[in-house]
Amino acid sequence: MIEFRNVTKRFPDGTVAVDAFDLVIPSRKTTVFVGSSGCGKTTLLRMINRMVEPTGGTVAIDGEDVASKQAVALRRSIGYVMQNSGLMPHFTVAENIATVPRLTGRTRRAARARALELMDVVGLDTAMADRYPSQLSGGQQQRVGVARGLASDPNILLMDEPFGAVDPIVRAELQRELIRLQRDLDKTVVFVTHDVDEAFLLGDQVAILAKGARRLQFGSPSEITEQPADDFVAAFIGAERGKRALRVKQTPHGPVLVDAEGRTQGVLVEGGA
Amino acid sequence: MEWVTGNLDLIGSLTLDHLRQSVIAIAAGFALSLPLGWVAWRYRLLRGWVITVTGLLYTIPSLALLMILPVVAGYPATSETNLVIALTIYAVAIMVRAVTDGLDAVDPAVRRSATAVGYGDARRFWAVDLPLAGPVILAGLRVTAVSTISLATVGILVGVTNLGYLFTNGLQRRIIPEVLAGIVAVALVALLIDLLLMLAGRALMPWARAEAPRRSSTAAEAAA
Repeated sequence: MIEFRNVTKRFPDGTVAVDAFDLVIPSRKTTVFVGSSGCGKTTLLRMINRMVEPTGGTVAIDGEDVASKQAVALRRSIGYVMQNSGLMPHFTVAENIATVPRLTGRTRRAARARALELMDVVGLDTAMADRYPSQLSGGQQQRVGVARGLASDPNILLMDEPFGAVDPIVRAELQRELIRLQRDLDKTVVFVTHDVDEAFLLGDQVAILAKGARRLQFGSPSEITEQPADDFVAAFIGAERGKRALRVKQTPHGPVLVDAEGRTQGVLVEGGA
Repeated sequence: MEWVTGNLDLIGSLTLDHLRQSVIAIAAGFALSLPLGWVAWRYRLLRGWVITVTGLLYTIPSLALLMILPVVAGYPATSETNLVIALTIYAVAIMVRAVTDGLDAVDPAVRRSATAVGYGDARRFWAVDLPLAGPVILAGLRVTAVSTISLATVGILVGVTNLGYLFTNGLQRRIIPEVLAGIVAVALVALLIDLLLMLAGRALMPWARAEAPRRSSTAAEAAA
């Protein structure tokens, strides 16, 4: 469980990135922060592993204030995956994945064994173990990034727009993979994105944020779609358009659902769950 | 050519002297430039000062430096130490800037990523910052090495013997092949050291070669 209690972050230049933010993030669920760029969502994420120190309030993991923990040890105990993979260009794939185990004192051999095991987990061919990141495609690099985040088997995985820089097809593939992984691994995932569809696809809980990390709504994707807190949220999630605004159309073969443009999006199945 | 074949022993021993003096100066200059370059990179306020002052060292005329240093430091002008220290000063003048530029060239996102996964500051410097600054530092080191080897010949003017001897002796005795032999020997020494540095760079930084050229082929693989 990660708790934000009245957390504020004011940068030295006076901008307030986060203003009195409160939230409890449940364990073993995927929680997504979604909002436009500059809304403070990444700052929130970085306060969990002390990459950014709050200027007010506390961030606590399982009731313990992160400020009371040693920053370097804290970061090693939390997985971190970022945009553009953030891989070390001078480490091979296996060395990159083994970074944290090596930092925490595992032997080279044990760390490499762990790296190869994780390559399997994230769907990478182990033949790539000795390549450098620049020799991989964007999607493969991102998988290495996820494997590195998982290497020390952390309870918490922080993901900062990890799929933001890959093309839509690869992104969809990585998203499916993350859902599969999360089903097996059961981590506390905190995921930051500006893409509402991604947020609703991955999140058990979604926090919709406005400038200053002001929380507009927090709930499951279904709750938010069924009952947007206000017009802004409704507009932000696109409740009036696309595949979130469907109406029933009767056809000779039964009812189907069509969107605002009249395109059929699916078949209405009676009596389903 | 006759002169050269008759004096191979002399050329050989002068070459060894030359190598010893240059290599010590290059190594010492490199070792001193790392902390100085780091300070200039790390502390913005000191940066202008460190870069300018060390850069200005290069403007001191070499002959003047070789004559002033012994007076200030109290060793004989003809000692090898005198030449080695002067060459070290010139090496520092070039290398500090290369170290600072190299550290500057490290992608801040990679640095942030290293911190995020749990590198402490010192460990990050040795494992991430310094290796990634490597290609730029190596480029500076190669320039320094060649320049030091060529500059070392000036030592003969204050009585430090090395390949420079072939120039002065050849000119005084009007033996042109001796002068030419000197030029060729200096060039060969410089090429040899440059080659060794390049090979060392390849061995220590295999990733640097993997970076650029493979990109197009991986893009093709990804598309396939």
